[in-house]
Amino acid sequence: MIGIGRIGRLMLVGLPFLWLALFFLLPLLIIVRISLAESVVGIPPYTPLFLNDGNGLRLHLTLANFALLAEDDLYLRAYIGSLGNAALATVLCLLIGYPIAYAIARTRGAQRQLLLFLVVLPFWTSFLIRVYAWIAILKPNGLLNNFLMGLKLIAAPLPLLNNQFSVELGLVYSYLPFMILPVYGSLSALDETLLEAAADLGARPLRVFCGVILPLTLPGIAAGSLLVFIPAIGEFVIPDLLGGPDTLMIGKVLWDEFFNNRDWPMASAVAVVLVAALAIPIIAAQRFLERERAV
Amino acid sequence: MPLLEIVQASKHFARTAAVEGVSLTVERGELFALLGPSGCGKTTLLRMVAGFEVPDKGRIVIDGVDVTATPPYARPVNMMFQSYALFPHMSVADNIAFGLRQERMDRRRLASRVDEMLALVQMSNYARRRPHELSGGQRQRVALARALAKMPKLLLLDEPLAALDRKLRAETRLELIGIQERVGTTFLVVTHDQEEALGMASRLAVMNQGRLMQIGSPAEIYERPHSQFVADFVGEVSLFEGKVTAGSNKPALAVTGFEQPLPLPCGADLPEGASVILAVRPEKLVLSLSKPAGFAIAATVSSIGYLGGNSIINLTAAPGQVLKVKLASAMASRFARGMTVWASWLPNDGMAMTQ
Repeated sequence: MIGIGRIGRLMLVGLPFLWLALFFLLPLLIIVRISLAESVVGIPPYTPLFLNDGNGLRLHLTLANFALLAEDDLYLRAYIGSLGNAALATVLCLLIGYPIAYAIARTRGAQRQLLLFLVVLPFWTSFLIRVYAWIAILKPNGLLNNFLMGLKLIAAPLPLLNNQFSVELGLVYSYLPFMILPVYGSLSALDETLLEAAADLGARPLRVFCGVILPLTLPGIAAGSLLVFIPAIGEFVIPDLLGGPDTLMIGKVLWDEFFNNRDWPMASAVAVVLVAALAIPIIAAQRFLERERAV
Repeated sequence: MPLLEIVQASKHFARTAAVEGVSLTVERGELFALLGPSGCGKTTLLRMVAGFEVPDKGRIVIDGVDVTATPPYARPVNMMFQSYALFPHMSVADNIAFGLRQERMDRRRLASRVDEMLALVQMSNYARRRPHELSGGQRQRVALARALAKMPKLLLLDEPLAALDRKLRAETRLELIGIQERVGTTFLVVTHDQEEALGMASRLAVMNQGRLMQIGSPAEIYERPHSQFVADFVGEVSLFEGKVTAGSNKPALAVTGFEQPLPLPCGADLPEGASVILAVRPEKLVLSLSKPAGFAIAATVSSIGYLGGNSIINLTAAPGQVLKVKLASAMASRFARGMTVWASWLPNDGMAMTQ
């Protein structure tokens, strides 16, 4: 760092921290603070931090929201539902995305560029519109049902929309590129002579995959899984548009608490627990990635 | 029965011939080198033997078994890669054990075989290290141990010393020969370094543009090259182009720019009028300050290159005719740039090749 000086160096290191403090830590603290308040009818719809009860200002905090969260099993079921949906979506994205990434990594030049472009192409359209498009495809008189009935493969429309199936489909469809890209990254960085060396030493193709390719692309798999799992768990749009009455996901519960019940403190408590629950797998995965990178 | 037989092997990549009709045999226990400039097809030929490339035409026979269509994992050969291709996620011991694990060798035998291999390459103290924790020379040893662990009938080595620095290369070359003698495995080495090939191989094949130019022992290749390419690629030469004339008693070579025809080696059965190239190694040329009795050509010293113990003196004889002379540096100090000197050589030290 020649010519930057002490102040420059402090700015260089300090700015990202300042950014994080302003736009991540501060909002998070506000949410934590609201989660410890009580809901009231008014603007803002929660009790102030300090209450004047006649004997001067008193700090007013309550854990009632968290207690309710623990008592009512609706929340627990919603958390578990989200966790299950997100985990299944992550596994499905990996199973579908890995072969796609592998195929792309095996192509060269212009063909590879085209395939990567196609992976990213859906992002050119709004996420919301793409999810709406699935409604048109899946609804009882939608494209898919009409097509299948036209072929006389089915007599009556299949229940494809507003159930667990359509939510999972929406999650996998939406987050697949986030799995493909990091896995592709680690596959394309793989030294092909390692695969030749494994074959030369007597490893059949499946053994080459399990013994060399898979372990060396674990960082890509871990990164992709995080990129799918974390947004999927808090997903609100997909369960709202594609889900049915049996769909219970925490993102939707949060939305309802906030906008339908106008219970800001309860919604904040739901969010705080979600952040805490997510932080654990994220930190574990980050540690794994750090260790792999050190090699 | 030879250990390896390559019969009329050809391989084309997008219409350019990488290997064109190459046939050669390697005997059991040999250290055979494939020598040639980069892009001459030697690596493609090696990869055909390993099974990574399938020849368009021809056959590969190992120990009497035609393996032309056998996949790499089922061939009784192992390869040491130029980049070593060590598995970065495995320890040294696991790298060496990888091939043995594919055979489902039982634990005890596997462990003792790995120990034996580690001892062979003097890496016993590094068994638990990962490849990135090793120096270049140590990685090279692990790669060799890994390739030898399965006791292949034939070991393929792709530029085994190219990634090492010069001093280590010379040491490792001797070690490689020592290990080859100890384990008795047949080695097929690809190299672009003529010094390496001459210093290691029991026999070598020189390749150029996908074709085999000459096969022979190092001495045969160096002393009796069949073509200008081999003479020029293996070692250094001064070249004279001319036509054979019937001299007073023996045939000689008339070269434009020289008054006197140049002597041709005995036994070179060359018809009069044939176009011939005469090549002379720099160490065979003798320089003197005064005209010696007998054959000699006059030349001017154009440059002197000091190489330590030896020096290379470049001379200009006739216009465009360059001569390279290798001398002990103590001798070379008698000469200086611009001097007129006399160069001669024994007729039998010249190498005549028809064009």
